[in-house]
Amino acid sequence: MRNLRASYGQGHVLHGVDVDVALGGVTAVLGANGAGKTTFLRAVCGLVKREGEIHFAGERIDQLTTEDIARAGIAHVPDGRGTFGSLTVEENLRLGGYVRRDKAAVQRDMARMYEYFPRLQERREQQAGTLSGGEQQMLAISRALMLAPKLLVLDEPSFGLAPLITQEIFRIMRAINAEQRLSVLIVEQNATLALAFADHACVLETGRVVATGTPEFLRDDETIRRAYLGY
Amino acid sequence: METFLHQLFAGLATGGVYASLALALVMIYQATHLVNFAQGELAMFSTYTAWAMVSAGVPYWIAFVATLALSFAAGAAIERLVIRPMANAPILSVVIVFIALLLIFNSMAGFLFGTDMQSFPSPFPELEAIQNPYFSAHEIGVLVVTLAVVFGLYSFFRFTSLGLALRAVAVNPQSARLVGIRVGSMLALGWGLSAAIGAIAGMMVAPIVFLDPNMMVGVQVYAFAAALVGGIDSPLGAVLGGFLVGVLENLLGAYVIGTELKLTVALALIVVVLIVKPSGLLGKTAVTRV
Repeated sequence: MRNLRASYGQGHVLHGVDVDVALGGVTAVLGANGAGKTTFLRAVCGLVKREGEIHFAGERIDQLTTEDIARAGIAHVPDGRGTFGSLTVEENLRLGGYVRRDKAAVQRDMARMYEYFPRLQERREQQAGTLSGGEQQMLAISRALMLAPKLLVLDEPSFGLAPLITQEIFRIMRAINAEQRLSVLIVEQNATLALAFADHACVLETGRVVATGTPEFLRDDETIRRAYLGY
Repeated sequence: METFLHQLFAGLATGGVYASLALALVMIYQATHLVNFAQGELAMFSTYTAWAMVSAGVPYWIAFVATLALSFAAGAAIERLVIRPMANAPILSVVIVFIALLLIFNSMAGFLFGTDMQSFPSPFPELEAIQNPYFSAHEIGVLVVTLAVVFGLYSFFRFTSLGLALRAVAVNPQSARLVGIRVGSMLALGWGLSAAIGAIAGMMVAPIVFLDPNMMVGVQVYAFAAALVGGIDSPLGAVLGGFLVGVLENLLGAYVIGTELKLTVALALIVVVLIVKPSGLLGKTAVTRV
């Protein structure tokens, strides 16, 4: 993403943000509340008005609609999780693979999701809205993976979850990232967690990138750590 | 007893028509949270299209299918051209647009086809074998057609991935986009289906009430009542509501209040439901957990 700008109505939220995600890599975007992290992710998927260039797997995707960006292989787990509340767990997963032609592969992937998250299998006929927060997050991530994406975009996956469940979810995501060389772009308020997961990170402040580098670099820089990572 | 059964069957038959039109209303409501006030007039216009074809000598069932296709296209076109540009407009503007559509279709039908009453044929022959004092062949035909529509829609929404995608758009359009569903096409599809179902309702009721530009005004009120009684977001509720309203209307009309006050029953029912149980009999109160 090059010089990305985004706006809601009149107000500009992002002012020229550059972020890279390597193939098979994990990039974390950190920053305080209101720094523009969620807007940044929404800009990537065309959910807000945006300017600038977004390249993905050699193609420019900044003119595409949200639907076509998904079809190009970017799966977005939005904030608030965005599950289909009155549909069942299984229907949510089927929708995740809606655009894929190979229905046998979709079926295999569904079985794989149930392996990653056995609790979803237990609740496959239940309405998604009745799941606990942690289960809904598992479902949201599984639904995104059902797209067989090349890039997984995660918006604060730990939000509102108990630490144990968060750890469980991150453990599984790390496994998936390693197994399938799936690229991940993650926004996270829990900096410790995100830096442990990522191989590249940047810090946003009021719509600008103020620091970028490896997790070690960011952790070791005293000023950055104090100001943005909060410890 | 004979009259009672006769009234009951007549009620079920008209109830089937109300159920179909209520289903059309519910479909659009579920996908867009809008109540299409012009649904009945659209159905009336579709029925005139069928009538024009039949009058020109086209066999009934060919005219029937052609009308469904044309209505589908018209419904999808209305979504594209009129409703989509209003996506971010205040609700009152949308209501005005619906009322405008209602008046436009009503006067266009008068202009194109004349305001005289026309008789519309029933496709169901009065066979010797089913001659009886309780129900006519048309009433049975309407019931069968309604049940076929209900079953067809249920299977479509429950078992096909296109149906699932339509439901997903109704539940959460943003998430639907994120899984790659083309929300615009789905809304057009929903409007098209709804217009086609309305056309079926129109063609089924026309042999009973005769065809004129105002034929659906009363039917539309009953369909509203049916949708509200059943729960405006519940397709099954709309069907049950339709039959309930149809039977109530006929029995009350025959035994209690006479024909003049029939429509009042529907309106009273709407008011009572809105006051006592706004979500209707089967309307869901969505379960959410944060």
